[in-house]
Parts: sequence; C-alpha cells; structure tokens
Amino acid sequence: MSTATYAGTEVTVNEEGFFTDPAAWTEAMAPEIADEAGIAELTDQHWQVIRHVRHEYTEKGSGPTVRALGKTSGVGVKQLYELFPKGPAKLAAKIAGIPKPRGCI
Amino acid sequence: MTKRIVILGGGTGGTVAANRLRRSLGGGAHITVVDRDDDHVYQPGLLFVPFGLADPEDLVRSRPRQLHDGIRYHRSDVERVEVDKELVHLHDGAVLPYDVLVIATGARLMPEETEGLTGEGWHETVHTFYDLDGAMALGSALTGFTEGRLVVNVVDLPIKCPVAPLEFCFLADWYLRERGVRDDVQLVYATPLDGAFTKPVAARTLSGLLTEKGIELVTEFTTGEVDGAGKRLVSYDGRELAFDLAVVVPPHGGASYVDRSPGLGDEFGFVPADPRTLRAKAHPNVFVIGDAAALPTSKAGSVTHFEGEVLARNIVSFLGGDELDGEFDGHTNCFIESGFGKALLIDFNYDTEPLPGHFPAPIGLPLLKESRLNHLGKLMFAWWYWHGLLPGRDIPGVSASMPHSGKHFPTTADT
Ligand SMILES: Cc1cc2nc3c(=O)[nH]c(=O)nc-3n(C[C@H](O)[C@H](O)[C@H](O)COP(=O)(O)OP(=O)(O)OC[C@H]3O[C@@H](n4cnc5c(N)ncnc54)[C@H](O)[C@@H]3O)c2cc1C
Repeated sequence: MSTATYAGTEVTVNEEGFFTDPAAWTEAMAPEIADEAGIAELTDQHWQVIRHVRHEYTEKGSGPTVRALGKTSGVGVKQLYELFPKGPAKLAAKIAGIPKPRGCI
Repeated sequence: MTKRIVILGGGTGGTVAANRLRRSLGGGAHITVVDRDDDHVYQPGLLFVPFGLADPEDLVRSRPRQLHDGIRYHRSDVERVEVDKELVHLHDGAVLPYDVLVIATGARLMPEETEGLTGEGWHETVHTFYDLDGAMALGSALTGFTEGRLVVNVVDLPIKCPVAPLEFCFLADWYLRERGVRDDVQLVYATPLDGAFTKPVAARTLSGLLTEKGIELVTEFTTGEVDGAGKRLVSYDGRELAFDLAVVVPPHGGASYVDRSPGLGDEFGFVPADPRTLRAKAHPNVFVIGDAAALPTSKAGSVTHFEGEVLARNIVSFLGGDELDGEFDGHTNCFIESGFGKALLIDFNYDTEPLPGHFPAPIGLPLLKESRLNHLGKLMFAWWYWHGLLPGRDIPGVSASMPHSGKHFPTTADT
C-alpha cells in the first residue's frame, strides 16, 4: 500500500497502482492517472469507457473484463485496445479509480 | 395442488437437481426435465480422448436413463422463457407452465466469436478438445504429430474446468515423451491471465510444473485472431504466436435462449443469481445450477454437485413458504492430471484460495502436490459420476461446504 497525489489530493493505491478507496476518486484525477499509464490525452471515447467501467463497478462490485467491455461499453474490443493499449480492462479500471477487475475463475 | 417443477437442461446439473428433488418431494411435485438431445457426455473424459486414454463410446450414456422413476423427460430445444408469466416455450411448440424453474443449460462454446477460429485449418491444424467431435479430430492430428510447435491457448474466461487446458499441456508432455518425440516439439501455453491460474498460491505451483516440464508460459495473451492459413495466433495487442498444431479453448457463453428471455441473463447469456442461495436475480421462483450461472466460482462438475445439495434444500423451503437457508459457499474441488500417472488436487471456495495440505482432513489426499493417489481419485471420479453424483448421492465424508481442517492457512508471517 502506498500513496499517490492526483489533482492535488493524496489517495492510497495498492502496489499495482489501483485505488484502494474508489470513493476518493474524482473525474479531475483521471487525466493524470492516464498520463502515468502512457495515455497522453483522454478523448470522448476514453471517457465513455471510463464512465461505463465506473458504473459497472457501482452496480456489480467489480470492473468488467475486456470481453464484457466489448459487449456493453459501446466500443468494440479491437478499438478498446487502440484506446487503452496493453490491457483495456485493467487500464480503464486504473484510470476510473476502481480495483483491478477480479476476472473469472 | 401438486407443484410443477421444470428443469431446463439434462446434463450434470439438471440430472442432479431432478433426482434430488424427486427424492425430497416424492409425488408432491411433477418434475419435467427438458433437453435438446438424448446423449449425456461425461465431459471430464474429453481430456483423455486425444491421447487415446479414453474410448469416446464409453463417455456417452442415455440422458433419460439417468433420471429416477417418476421424472418426466421432454426432448426439445428451449425457445425462450417468460419469467413474469412463468412459462417456458419450447422449439417443438409446447408451452410448459411452472411453479419453480431450474436453469441448468450449462455453457455453450462460441468459437465463432474469435476471428478466424472456425476458418481455414479448423479440425485440421486448429483444434479444441472441449466437445466430442473436436476431441476425436485432435486425437487423429496428435497421432501424426512428431515435430514443431504445439500451442495450447485459452481465448478468454470463464471456461468450463479452467484447469483442463493445463492438464492438456501436462498430458501432451507425457504423451510426446512416451513416443520419443518430445525433444522435437516446442510446447507453449498461452493464457489471457497474468499467471498459470487465477489464484496466486496455485498459480505458483502450476507455473513451477510448466517450467519443470519445459512448457513455455505466455501470459496476458488475449487472442484477437486465429490465422489458420498462416499458422499463427495474433493477440489484440499485436503479439504473434506461430504454431504447427493449435489447441484452442473457445470463449464460452450461456444457452442462446437466455438472450431471447427478457431479464434472465447477463451480456454473456449466463444467469445472475444470489451466490449463496442460487436463486436467480430475475424472479423469486427461478433457480440456477452449474455452468449456466453467473457466479464467482468455477464452472465444474464438482461445483454443480455441491450446488445440487443446496439447490434442492432451497427449492423445498421455497415451495413450503419458508426462508431459504441453504447456503452455498462456492466449494470447488478439482483433480489436475499432471502426466506419468500422477495428479494434483485443489479445493477452494468463494473466500479461500486453493491451499496446500490434505483433503478432506489432515489425513487424506494431498493438496496442490503431485501424487499417484490423486490420479486414482481422478479415474475413480468417472465411476462416481454415473453412480453417485448424477443419482444425487452425497460423498461420504465430503460435504457441500469446503472443509477447513487439513488445509495450511497462511500465517501473517508468510504474507
Ligand atoms: C474438457 C472438459 C473437462 C472437464 N473436466 C472436469 C473435471 O475434471 N472435473 C469437473 O468437476 N468438471 C469438469 N468439467 C466441467 C463439467 O463437465 C461441467 O462443469 C458440468 O458438466 C456442468 O454441468 P451443467 O449441468 O451446468 O452443464 P452440462 O452438463 O453441459 O449440461 C447442460 C445441458 O443443457 C442442454 N441444453 C443447452 N442448451 C439447451 C437448449 N437451448 N435447449 C435444450 N437443452 C439445452 C445441453 O444439451 C446439456 O445437456 C470439464 C468440462 C470439459 C469440457
């Protein structure tokens, strides 16, 4: 467990950089988290996915997997990889300030 | 009035549910099981078919003959369910009203979801062992395979029996060694996960076994395309894996009628349910068992078996107007064949990951460790499946809830 500062506010994150308290997240923090993850600018499509991920987390208690994102976010899997290279489910979750998606067993 | 229970699916879960309910309720309920065909396949046996270790004919038995007397069997595809009207529409035109509905239609293979998977090379250089035809075709291909790259790939989770692809790798290593060609074959296991398994302690043991056997592990590989002509798998992030023979586990989804039944399923056609009571979120008189459920546990026959006990208890309570007290803890129990007549065993639930120790008590089968005893356990499971599990019997000494004694729980010093 460590801390990070986004939009001037200190938050706690786990060793992989995921928020431990999703309630501490605000939209103003997203561009800075994205920048750290190598995404220089958040487009409207990025935001569509980030808000969807956040909504799914609130509803179901876990972020969606890539396949679920492809079916429910309105953005196809191929494009998700263009928006969030190297793992859209994890990256979108990190930028949306929710824990790493649990995935399936 | 006699209650009407309709069970959709006559595989592992549907059969267990019907037989347990018949025993509990006797003539107090009309039980009808619906399935689209009459061939019940012992699916764990599919793993052995490609290596000539199981005869396909021995894996198939009549579905209706696994049902106790007094249970009706209706052969038809399910068209859709109207949960608010409490009606099931079947493909043959029949409409079945119910007081309780049990969804037990399992998981469906969806190879068409992956670009190119069923294209050129399908059942020739690109295979799956997840159904009987596929397992047999793979058997023929393996017989003539003496050199090159054999890539085993899980496209996405959830899948049935998530350890089966690893078992396939271990058995392939053994099979190729027996035939004296192992040095001429590169074995690769490509998974979308960031390790050999979902849970850390088991992932460490299993990736250790892969290394020991000289099997390359490729992680976070999310397959975007199977190029049969070019003999390569391409991941969404642009990585390529060349193969001479590919064994691919396609993405899974629930039965397609779930998508045609408003409010019943999630985006994959699996049925969301209360993880403890197995009551579907869709309606109070709909329950779900086995692979069809959207629950955070494995899609495995053992899970289905343990769920059967809880499900039957809850349905009896529901019909009696009582609170549901049957609590499922996510108990999963899987043998993992590791080749050379040995196997590992893992045992876990919603809260406890697979740990070392012994099952079901301090004296018992070794957990997370290769042993001959576990291999015998796996072989005996086939007999138990037809004679104990399907008829709805309990395993002596093993209950639906996961045993704690015998497991080595990590102390704070270990973490
Ligand atoms: C290769 C392989 C190895 C495995 N190894 C193991 C193992 O070692 N241990 C273990 O515990 N589990 C293992 N499993 C998993 C196990 O077989 C399943 O988890 C179990 O069969 C689940 O039972 P179920 O009733 O949910 O589904 P199923 O047994 O698959 O039954 C579903 C039924 O629904 C019917 N159906 C589906 N759609 C319709 C429709 N629209 N209309 C009418 N009928 C329909 C089907 O015909 C089928 O009979 C393995 C599976 C595979 C594929």
